[in-house]
Amino acid sequence: MALRRFDIEAGGDAFAFRAETEPTIAFWLGKYPEARKQSAVIPLLWLAQKDNDGWLSEPAMRAVADRLDMPYIRVYEVATFYTMFRLKPVGKHHIQLCGTTPCMLRGANDLKTVCESKIGKKFAVTDDGKLSWEEVECLGACANAPMVQINDDYFEDLTVDSLGEIIERLRNGAEVEPGPQVDRINSAPEGGTDVLTDDALFDGSRNRTCPGLPNLPEAEVIEEPTPEAIGKSEEAPPTNTKREETALVDVKDVAGERPEVAEMDEAERDNLKEIKGIGPVNEGQLNELGIYTFAQVAAWTPANVDWVEDFLSFPGRIAREDWIGQAKILAGGGETDFSKRVEAGEVDSSKDEGE
Amino acid sequence: MTDTFKLNIDGKDIEVPRSYTLMQACEAAGAEIPRFCYHERLSVAGNCRMCLVEWEGAPKPIASCAQTVGDMRPNRDGSAPNIRTRGDYVEKARNGVMEFLLINHPLDCPICDQGGECDLQDQAMAYGRAGSRYDLNKRAVEDKNMGPLVKTIMTRCIQCTRCVRFAAEVAGVEEIGMISRGEDAEITTYLEKSLTSELSGNVIDLCPVGALTSKPYAFNARPWELRKTSSIDVMDGMGAAIRVDAKGDAVLRIMPQVNEEVNEEWLSDKSRFVWDGLQRQRLDKPYIREHGKLRPASWAEAFAAVKAALASPDKVGMVAGDLIEVEQAKAALDLARALGIQSTDCRPAGAQYGTDGVRERYLLNPTFMGVEEADALLLIGANPRTEAPVWNARIRKAWLWNGLEVGMIGEAADLTYDYAWLGAGAAAPDFKSSDFYKTLEAAERPMVVVGEAALCRADGEAVLAGALQIANEVGAVSEAWAGFGVLHTAAGRVGALDVGFLPGEGGLDTAGILSGAVDTVVLLGADEVDLSNLNPAGTVIYVGSHGDAGASRADIILPAAAYTEMAATYVNSEGRVQMTAKAVQPKGEAREGWAIFRALSDVLGKTLAYDSAEALRAVLREPEGSVFAGLGFAPGAAGAGALKALIETDQALSDAPLTSPIKDFYLTNPIARASKTMAECSLLGRGLETPVAAE
Repeated sequence: MALRRFDIEAGGDAFAFRAETEPTIAFWLGKYPEARKQSAVIPLLWLAQKDNDGWLSEPAMRAVADRLDMPYIRVYEVATFYTMFRLKPVGKHHIQLCGTTPCMLRGANDLKTVCESKIGKKFAVTDDGKLSWEEVECLGACANAPMVQINDDYFEDLTVDSLGEIIERLRNGAEVEPGPQVDRINSAPEGGTDVLTDDALFDGSRNRTCPGLPNLPEAEVIEEPTPEAIGKSEEAPPTNTKREETALVDVKDVAGERPEVAEMDEAERDNLKEIKGIGPVNEGQLNELGIYTFAQVAAWTPANVDWVEDFLSFPGRIAREDWIGQAKILAGGGETDFSKRVEAGEVDSSKDEGE
Repeated sequence: MTDTFKLNIDGKDIEVPRSYTLMQACEAAGAEIPRFCYHERLSVAGNCRMCLVEWEGAPKPIASCAQTVGDMRPNRDGSAPNIRTRGDYVEKARNGVMEFLLINHPLDCPICDQGGECDLQDQAMAYGRAGSRYDLNKRAVEDKNMGPLVKTIMTRCIQCTRCVRFAAEVAGVEEIGMISRGEDAEITTYLEKSLTSELSGNVIDLCPVGALTSKPYAFNARPWELRKTSSIDVMDGMGAAIRVDAKGDAVLRIMPQVNEEVNEEWLSDKSRFVWDGLQRQRLDKPYIREHGKLRPASWAEAFAAVKAALASPDKVGMVAGDLIEVEQAKAALDLARALGIQSTDCRPAGAQYGTDGVRERYLLNPTFMGVEEADALLLIGANPRTEAPVWNARIRKAWLWNGLEVGMIGEAADLTYDYAWLGAGAAAPDFKSSDFYKTLEAAERPMVVVGEAALCRADGEAVLAGALQIANEVGAVSEAWAGFGVLHTAAGRVGALDVGFLPGEGGLDTAGILSGAVDTVVLLGADEVDLSNLNPAGTVIYVGSHGDAGASRADIILPAAAYTEMAATYVNSEGRVQMTAKAVQPKGEAREGWAIFRALSDVLGKTLAYDSAEALRAVLREPEGSVFAGLGFAPGAAGAGALKALIETDQALSDAPLTSPIKDFYLTNPIARASKTMAECSLLGRGLETPVAAE
């Protein structure tokens, strides 16, 4: 990057925005409060550059400063800081050639030679005023390296020949097609793709209802609850706060079916905390509902599950943690890995497991 | 959260306000922090990295100028964070910064004007490596034009951006900027146009290296060769503190000194660069006009001629000029009264103030510094930008940071801040109904300032009465706040008024004296007056330092010392009594003004009662409550009581526009008109006086 100064001579004395640019200027000015309108300096400089044949002349810069009530030196600072503001005239088609590593590895240096031989030195404008070029840093199209940007368009996957042809076509005023210059769409593989070619992938025909959560034991697959079954919980997702309210205020409003209530002595009760997922709080709440034993839990119907989950505000959790499966094992006198640990005193309950 | 924060700096516990920067805290703890970009009167930039300190536990050294103490946190155990401003870690960090700064800085100290007073040089001595490890070519930067005052050698620039911040924040002219980026970054004015600020010279002081130096002073002297004398500036009514640097019998430069109450540390370009005028057009011996031509004469001859001219005292008038010092005014006045001369005046022609004996009615009572406490300021016929540029910067500061609201009646001009323009003429019919009047009324400390020129018109008394009335109506006058003031443009005016250099009984004022009504006119350095109506057959005696308008009309010239050549008393607009100091000898046979009149009194047989300047000052100090009793302070709010009385007048306010007395900021007095530098600035026509539309 070299020292950048205005080309005062080429800039002439006057500059005016084109009439069709005015709405865009108004759009940018509208984004900022009146007292902060200098925030629009970069977009306005960019518009001025577009209205001035691709480069920013000194009168154009002053026009921007006047629009924004900014001192000229402040706008001058911005204009000289950003190299995308070009302070000297450029060709009608200005080529920005990416020379950053990926493009360089894919042959950008050869493209530079093409530009030098067909156009001239960097920033030199051809005699007919049609072409000029510069080297820029990464333009963010590395997948299509090497590439150039000509005015507003990217020309990608270039070779010495294809860039040469583009330059010649531009010189002769012929049409050029932006985008990859090889047989590919955007960044898709050259010559079309070999994978994901089955149309059925995209027409919806392979859509399936998920039968349950993955990794569940085969036997315990439960049916997907219908939206109706979820009922109220769908309208207002339950929260911890709501749980307390529900528990204390109105048990009848809960969807599903309440499990049967039992009454029993301390001695008959099971340690529900041996079920992974039930901590002291949940155990207390289940006890309040009259649920004390593994057998009771094991006997829950899906409607019961809904009800309890809703009551505890833990939708899906009973199935996810397979309380019923665990309860069946424990009620049948068996042990789970977790219950062993509880009994061994390693953990009090799943509360300690970072519930 | 408390307002203070505890720090441990170099092992010393200290508690500082949370608003402090770490650098201020370190300085409060007695540590010295090197810096280039940081300046306490400018915003923080934090780009030079020289002020790095160690914060124990922080991953990197901290730029102390940009770290607010309130944003820091204590150590984990709750103890105060430990800061170290010296030691290997800090040394190494600063060493590295210095090495980078010096990579592109030329090694041209021997030919650099900043040499010997260069921050970079000094700090390189303290933190720099002995040699360079950089083998590549240094970067070179084209020099830029910044006008006739500021010389640029941009290769030396270290991009601290002090000048950019000064221009934007203090001077209020956004003309300097940093363009391009990275290695190509350069400081420049827009397209290398000249600076249009009347404070531009201050960037020379601010520049920590030799990139911006004084153009007129270029290659004149080395700082250690100069005799430095603290003195007072007389280019405007502010009396800024200056340092006069002289070598031999020549003043080689003038620099500002810090006086927080007057000029902070700034100086206007006129005050700073006028010194070459002290060497030109000087009156170094007495002259007598013979056959239409001035010829050198001896003092005795000149005094004899003066004696003849003063033969009939009732036909003599004395006019004191803008630069007159108190001592000369006192001696001349004493002699005049001893001779029976009553026509004496120190005010401009047409002046309508100062004769009622109330000192507060011609002082800037709210004081220059007071504007920082004020919340609304009404300027009547005053343009501070040309009349007191350094004060204008302070008004701008108050407007920028304290939300000061400014209103103006008079000639619209670019003051570098927004103001409500309330009309050109003193009548200003819409003033009372304006929004600004409501602001003024609502303000806690409103300030009403009248330009002296507004009091020197046909409706001058009405302007003074009106302004005083407004001040009282809006509550600008209370016990703790004297919000009414007059802004003078002449350094000598207030002092001469304090001495009583006014028409005596039956005496004429300036306009009368100059109208041809008297035969002999004595001009005490009075060059800003209209001499075209003098009696052609009469005699004009000019006592002064420079050959200017007065001297060219004079029949007898008595050469006097200029302000750098004597210890003299001046009273600034605020009523602050200050003294200049003698930096160099008077030119040739020139004498101090008071001594001329003392000697003359001897010739005239009316010997004055003092033989030395000190004896004269003792006489001045003698009366009870004499304003000359104390040096260096402004009465300020002490005078509020005297402002409560209103003035009754039959005059009506006119619609004639209030114009500034300063037509060309750079050429307001004989010294400035003798200066080549000032002439150059004036030629540039830097648009200061171009009226522009106000908001």
